[in-house]
Amino acid sequence: MKKIATGNKAVAEAVKQVQPTVIAAYPITPQTEIVEQIAEFVSSGELKSRYIPVESEHSAMAACIGASITGVRTFTATSSHGLLYMHEMTNWAAGARLPIVMANVNRSIGPGWNIWAEHTDAMQERDTGWLQVYVSSVQEAYDATLMAFRIAEHNDVLLPVMVNLDGFTLSHIMQPLDTVETGDFIPPVQLPHAIDPKNPAGYGGLTGPDQHFKFRWEIERSMRDSVQVIRETEKDFERRFGRKYDFTEDYRCEDADVVIVAMGTLGKEAEVAIDLLRKEGIKAGSIRLRWLRPFPKLNLKGKDIVVIDRDYSFGFGGILAKSIEAQQKTGVYSVIAGLGGQEVTYEDIADFIRKRRIGEEFWFGVNSHV
Amino acid sequence: MDTIAEIPKEEFVLKCTSACAGCSDALTLRYVLKAAGQDTVLVVPACCTSVIQGIYPNTAFNVPVYNIAFGAAAACASGMSNAFRATGKKTNVIVYAGDGGTLDIGIQAMSGAFERGTDFLYICYDNEAYGNTGMQRSGGTPMGARTTTTPAGKTDAKKDIDAIIAAHSPPYMATACAAYPQDLFKKVQKALTFRGPSFIHVLAPCPPGWRFSTEKSVEMGKLAVKSGMWVLYEREYGKLSINPQSKAAIKKPIPLEDYLAPQGRFKGIDAKTLELLRQHLAKNIKKLSAEAAES
Repeated sequence: MKKIATGNKAVAEAVKQVQPTVIAAYPITPQTEIVEQIAEFVSSGELKSRYIPVESEHSAMAACIGASITGVRTFTATSSHGLLYMHEMTNWAAGARLPIVMANVNRSIGPGWNIWAEHTDAMQERDTGWLQVYVSSVQEAYDATLMAFRIAEHNDVLLPVMVNLDGFTLSHIMQPLDTVETGDFIPPVQLPHAIDPKNPAGYGGLTGPDQHFKFRWEIERSMRDSVQVIRETEKDFERRFGRKYDFTEDYRCEDADVVIVAMGTLGKEAEVAIDLLRKEGIKAGSIRLRWLRPFPKLNLKGKDIVVIDRDYSFGFGGILAKSIEAQQKTGVYSVIAGLGGQEVTYEDIADFIRKRRIGEEFWFGVNSHV
Repeated sequence: MDTIAEIPKEEFVLKCTSACAGCSDALTLRYVLKAAGQDTVLVVPACCTSVIQGIYPNTAFNVPVYNIAFGAAAACASGMSNAFRATGKKTNVIVYAGDGGTLDIGIQAMSGAFERGTDFLYICYDNEAYGNTGMQRSGGTPMGARTTTTPAGKTDAKKDIDAIIAAHSPPYMATACAAYPQDLFKKVQKALTFRGPSFIHVLAPCPPGWRFSTEKSVEMGKLAVKSGMWVLYEREYGKLSINPQSKAAIKKPIPLEDYLAPQGRFKGIDAKTLELLRQHLAKNIKKLSAEAAES
């Protein structure tokens, strides 16, 4: 069904489609519209979930954990400080192998209070065992949320999935949205370790080094296995609903001498920059990285690489740039841009590519090379 | 139920816990689970119970136990209860938490869960300090008690968590102590008959923490009640009734020193602190008696 919706509304529509049994959430700008819309769907009866209006994000994730371990589908949404506040529990969710799905509306971290888009919030969760996908349109926010449930709940994965959408530049903009009937695309949850009082077991108790080590490895093994599950899910989605997704969205890369890598809305904006540069005769392409975890194998051999980071690891560098340098075993031109919702146009992005200085780092907001 | 023989023989706390000798936590849980029965899930935040259940892959408890981070028990139970009820299951969801996980780090999640009317039973077994980390002070530590972080004795009073819970108006709340097993058993059974949140605050005398000899745990619980330091009561839909044992103690209490003297943690308590403790005790009894008279 065709409609017009914001990124936030699209997430809520997807949640309505998959009908989680329990939703626990706490409001935070710019995610608020998701929980408001969900509350409305629950109130009108369109969504048959138990909606727990918890008193904090820490409790939101804890409630999702408590619900999920009984074997039911769960969902929450947050942003920025809310995500950091639940950090202890995000680790718990992954360690407990619970297929919780969460939408995170990417926003900067204070102080000072800044409510606009930045990826630092989700980036700080990258080592928790959550799968992370970053979207760039209202339609993709909807589609990725749907697929997140199937991927998380797949028994080869059983890890939580975070769907990331940029605050305001995606959460609050309106675009066309085509909703679907998922049917058997998302099968019912079958949690193999669901709590059963008839078969009592201890969960998450004292664990020695040998067993702990084994559990850590099992998280990593499932993270690796999730690559295949993501591929299958995205292929099946394309077959059923006609929209194609992959680990990356590559744009005019085949014959490119230089590629720019970015995530979220900036990754989409980069495509306009590529068209501009191609008109000037510059053979440039763009790669919008969709999945941060599991991190895909990129093939950028022989090309100049420019990376936009909407995040930073102080004392180290742009997190995406450093990851790509490590994987490709080569230097990149690392551009730190868009922090705190800083406006970055396609002309700016074209300039990053034109004026690239491989091996250097450029802080766009303060116009400084370091 | 007047005799202990009427308490079911079925054991859910098995004989392989790693509890300290004389542990009131294990004893309390034994009666709690006998009252709750098989269709029960325990939600346990970091506390002594995280330790005494044993090391993976073994467990000493014969009901499912969901261990969760320190500040998250009530929120976790809130999700679990909603999931069970949404799928038509009547399974008891019982938070079994220490005083640190209740009065201190878990208070926000607990307040939220009570305010939202979560259908669960929250049991706080209170050994008046952080036990499994080696006895550091908590909000539950009484004034004058020495802990590893109050080596000269605590200068602040014990937090009145019962008043805080009462402010949430749960259908049922009570105090108890494993030194009175029939009373504890009956209160757990009763609490589980209410829809919505219920709360039981259990005093759990701790031999290594309070520094008394291990065979005296039950005796310490009785001295606490007889001195009036611990008042046994229940509050049903706001109506308070004090237990006969505590009514008798209020009428004719034993000297407070009889309760304090066997405990190494109160050794060398100064006269001024002792007087403050006494005043605190008297104030609490006066408040509860007045409320009981009005109920």
